[in-house]
Amino acid sequence: MGKIILKKVNKSFGATQVIPGIDLTIEDGEFVVFVGPSGCGKSTLLRLIAGLEDTTSGTIEIDGRDVTGEAPARRGLAMVFQSYALYPHMTVKNNIAFPLKMARTDPAVIEKKVAEAARVLNLANYLERRPGQLSGGQRQRVAIGRAIVREPSAFLFDEPLSNLDAALRGTMRLEISELHHQLKTTMIYVTHDQVEAMTMADKIVVLNAGNIEQVGSPLDLYNKPDNLFVAGFIGSPRMNFVKGEAASPWNAPTVGIRPEHIRLSKEGGTWKGVVGVAEHLGSDTFLHVNAEGIGMVTVRAGGDFPVTHGDTVFLTPDEARIHRFDDAGKAIR
Amino acid sequence: MARAVSTRRTVVFTIAAWIIALILFFPILYTIITSFKSETEAIQGFGIVPSGTVESYAAVQAQSNYFKFFLNSVIISVGSTLLALLVAVPAAWSMAFSPTRRTKDILMWMLSTKMMPAVAVLVPIYLIFRDTGLLDSRVGLTVMLTLINLPIVIWMLYTYFREIPGEILEAARMDGASLWGEIVYVLTPMAVPGIASTMLLNIILAWNEAFWTIRLTTTNAAPLTAFIASFSSPQGLFWAKLSAASTLAIAPILIMGWFSQKQLVRGLTFGAVK
Repeated sequence: MGKIILKKVNKSFGATQVIPGIDLTIEDGEFVVFVGPSGCGKSTLLRLIAGLEDTTSGTIEIDGRDVTGEAPARRGLAMVFQSYALYPHMTVKNNIAFPLKMARTDPAVIEKKVAEAARVLNLANYLERRPGQLSGGQRQRVAIGRAIVREPSAFLFDEPLSNLDAALRGTMRLEISELHHQLKTTMIYVTHDQVEAMTMADKIVVLNAGNIEQVGSPLDLYNKPDNLFVAGFIGSPRMNFVKGEAASPWNAPTVGIRPEHIRLSKEGGTWKGVVGVAEHLGSDTFLHVNAEGIGMVTVRAGGDFPVTHGDTVFLTPDEARIHRFDDAGKAIR
Repeated sequence: MARAVSTRRTVVFTIAAWIIALILFFPILYTIITSFKSETEAIQGFGIVPSGTVESYAAVQAQSNYFKFFLNSVIISVGSTLLALLVAVPAAWSMAFSPTRRTKDILMWMLSTKMMPAVAVLVPIYLIFRDTGLLDSRVGLTVMLTLINLPIVIWMLYTYFREIPGEILEAARMDGASLWGEIVYVLTPMAVPGIASTMLLNIILAWNEAFWTIRLTTTNAAPLTAFIASFSSPQGLFWAKLSAASTLAIAPILIMGWFSQKQLVRGLTFGAVK
């Protein structure tokens, strides 16, 4: 079990309020991602749940039990840190066994659980090594192993992949998702990378300046962003925003359209523009077009769309995919 | 070309380092040489080759009991080091892992006490020692040296502990380690090199401390520094005997320093080069 409920959770450091008061329910077995720009309070929120920071006010419940004042170890959670935080003087085996030793588990049981974790995480050949002798990916797996053996009610991940290179990040992303399918345990994952959020989450919590901007499934956030912040944060490349006169045909102060929802033509369309930088990725081409009366617009074209710097093109937004926002930045539906 | 330049540089620096090292070491070397001379040889002037006599050593041992002084030195330096660590480990721990806005000020204030000349507090300290009956006692000296070296010990340990990432301690906390478990299983093993070199340095400092050890002792608690001083007597200077006494006094710490030099260098440069 691992249902976590936050009620009016507030955190201040001195006079600075980091989290003004958050209500959030995380269902048992869910993979929840906290995403937001740096300094938005996502790591602080995770540390509050872990018990590494004390809440200023509000309560945190795990499986119906109020754990607000409890020590981290008594909350039944396991955490994987960005820096891995392995014990450098212990072997891989002892690192993984450490939480069990602290819980005074029977040595035979420890042996079995460590072996099982090592098998799941492909670490069986490295058990006698020290963390210093492992690669980044292996270290991350040891950190996960140390979390698994505790059989926690929920796993907390604090930007666990940000120290890895791009290729390894992709692999580890899959491994963690796979692990979630196997264990079916609640996982809370903090990242600033919206690709990680989109690909891994059952539910994404978008945070900005300590406030929850929107909670929903990845596709909910993609298709129906509640406000300008979420619209701009979710999706890559980010949504184009059209303001003022150019937005008037849609009766809104601001409209948004994603690069993949703009039709491109050399003959004619709604907006006329001149191609600036063209990023050829092979599968796709992202064009940065300077459109008349609108400004820079990013457009996705096919990988072999024949275009070069300085060409004139026409853009037609997909009417059904236009997002409208009011003066306060809220979505108009 | 570049390689030739760098080789030449290495050679020049090596020679320079040797010369500086020899200049620094020469007084000690000359003390050792003089200790193997007779008194007449010693006052005759500069001479690198001694006759090799051990009469000074015999005279020194006959005149005063070296081992009593040696034992006092060991007890006072090791005792004050252990006592200092007992206070400094928790102090440095709290300053490194839960610093407040005043932590830096406190550290600077502690260090500033080292800038005051010892003579400035000689009279009050002497009177306190006299009135509490601590004069010429090992306990008194041990406490005195602990207090003198405490700022340095705390500073060194603080810099060491600061190098230990806080996340590792948080991980231990998540893993169910109590405060005690955190200290025993995680912090201490990681800090052992730091604690060891702090310990070594403090033993050396305490061993060589001469101002207070000479002034606050007479016979019972007198360590080797007082032993050396006793040979510069009003009857005149006996260079050979004084050198023999000095050699005997510095030999133990020199040997210890030699064997632990790697640890010491690491300890002294820790944090400076990262």
